[in-house]
Amino acid sequence: MESIFFLVVAAVAVISSILVVTCKNPINSALSLVMTFFCLATFYVMLDAPFMAATQVIVYAGAIMVLIIFVIMLLNVRVETVKRGTHAVIAGSAIGLFILFQTVWFLMKGSMTGKVGDMTKEQIVSVGHVELIGKALFTDFLLPFEVTSVLLLAAIVGAVILAKKKI
Amino acid sequence: METIAMPAINLAVIMPEILLSCIAMVLLLVNVFVPGNNKAYLGYLSIIGLAVTAASAVGGWGPSVSAFNGSVVQDNFAIFFKVIFLISAGLAILISDRYMVQEDCNQGELYPMILFATVGMMLMASGTDLMVIFLGLELLSICLYVLAGWNRDNLKSNEAGLKYFLLGAFSTGFLLYGMALTYGATGSTKIQAISSYVMGNPGVASNPLFVVGMLLIAVGFSFKIAAAPFHMWTPDVYQGAPTPMTAFMSAGPKAAGFAAFIRVMIFAFPMLRAEWSDLLWILAVLTMTVGNIIALSQDNVKRMLAYSSIAHAGYALVGFAAVNAEGAAGILFYMLSYAFMNIGAFAVIILITKKGEVNGNVQDLAGFGHKKPLLAMVLSIFLFSLAGMPPTAGFIGKFYLFSAAIKAGYVWLAIIGVLNSAASLYYYLRVMVFMYMKDPEEDFEWAGATPAIAVCLLVAVGATLVLGVVPGTVLELAQKAVQF
Repeated sequence: MESIFFLVVAAVAVISSILVVTCKNPINSALSLVMTFFCLATFYVMLDAPFMAATQVIVYAGAIMVLIIFVIMLLNVRVETVKRGTHAVIAGSAIGLFILFQTVWFLMKGSMTGKVGDMTKEQIVSVGHVELIGKALFTDFLLPFEVTSVLLLAAIVGAVILAKKKI
Repeated sequence: METIAMPAINLAVIMPEILLSCIAMVLLLVNVFVPGNNKAYLGYLSIIGLAVTAASAVGGWGPSVSAFNGSVVQDNFAIFFKVIFLISAGLAILISDRYMVQEDCNQGELYPMILFATVGMMLMASGTDLMVIFLGLELLSICLYVLAGWNRDNLKSNEAGLKYFLLGAFSTGFLLYGMALTYGATGSTKIQAISSYVMGNPGVASNPLFVVGMLLIAVGFSFKIAAAPFHMWTPDVYQGAPTPMTAFMSAGPKAAGFAAFIRVMIFAFPMLRAEWSDLLWILAVLTMTVGNIIALSQDNVKRMLAYSSIAHAGYALVGFAAVNAEGAAGILFYMLSYAFMNIGAFAVIILITKKGEVNGNVQDLAGFGHKKPLLAMVLSIFLFSLAGMPPTAGFIGKFYLFSAAIKAGYVWLAIIGVLNSAASLYYYLRVMVFMYMKDPEEDFEWAGATPAIAVCLLVAVGATLVLGVVPGTVLELAQKAVQF
């Protein structure tokens, strides 16, 4: 049952992400991206990570996509009329298919089971997903967590410098 | 409510990073609250900040100390690289002022952005957790995207920033995917834990997740160091970016890419050493050859130096492919000398080009040697060093890289490297031929060096010659740095 559900959601995810890059109308692209994000959130739920699923929906599908759609509408981006080069499409598809076959062949070769993590389903349920993430964030990943703040500051300053009309 | 056991936080280990990010933030505030349009003083303050950071970094020289649950380490390897980053940031800041005034660019935030980029590089060198390395790389990259597009009124600069951003984001995807697969196969992002898991479970070497993870990580880092065939962005970005930033990008971030690349490959993937050593062999040959062959046909000096910087990444990869202590020490030494000689060469180019970066072609250099004999001589020293002629730092660096390859049994790799080095003489000497032996078609008036640029040139020439004549001390330090 779960694997059928997974296959359906995975198919939707792949199709909608293909639509993101092939849609001629930017609004359709953006809406397909929302669809992809929802599929990702579904995967997180299936992997017993409800907190990740919630943040995925709230932050990506909610906040960020609303911003993107606002910008598209404000800029009044027109439907793309430029005809795409067919040579590039053929070459790209050929390389893509080659890499796909290569990947599948490679994956068939060996066992893919890596190290099983410390967390079990029961543990996640008893302690709580958010608590576990918080604990990891403030112990094991304390330094990455702090570095992120510097990263965001640099990104904000950079965006202002590049985008502001007059500095 | 159970209490969380905090890991041992040893702030002394990341003191250089903390200091430099605090200095950068203070400078951002100073820039906003101190009135006046001349912002050159911020550059001098940043150089003081870099010096303080360097002192704090060098103070940690000695046995390695780990902190934050093994997320970050302070070892000689990281310290050597940190000094390279700080030197290249300092030299780039010295040559920025004149260029930014000439091109009417905003200067105030430039210096803090360079400092933030340097913090990112330092985290890449000292990070022993894939997450820290990734975040350091992102911090560096985001600052570089902005720095490449700094000249907002110049279309080429816009193109450089956008192109670098798009391709950089794409390559970051590869790197992160590789890290995720490695995490999936080994159960940790800490390099220490990965290596002990791999030692305990040799079977993981045949796990597709692990192998593909290694390959994708190699792709991500190869993009950062501009190795062929991941070099496509380099010429456009290097040519379009403001010249001081090109100088910075070609020296510091390349070294940072090597630092993280070496640490991840040697510690996280020791089981696959034979595989990635062969991979690096191919990368090295491709990178040297592609860089040199395309550089032969370039007229624009900046673009020529961009292709030559691809070739130099190839020489360093020769030492990496050798996978021995000599090779690693050779890379450290080469990156240090490359920072001096390349930023020095770009400093002279800043003096040659006029507003809008016109007359940056080799042909425009005709007569430069007679009008500005001193500057022409300095440029010649840098070009000789880049070509690998004794008695300059470039010669010693290449000598050690190639001898490491021979020691490891890669004789053909060393031969290809030397042949490439010979081919590169053509385009470096071509600049000198135009400078000294051709008569100018138009009568150009070149500006003299400003005090800041003169200091940068003095330091760079001095270091290039000293490292070339008496490399002993620095080489010894480099060898100590790679005794992991």
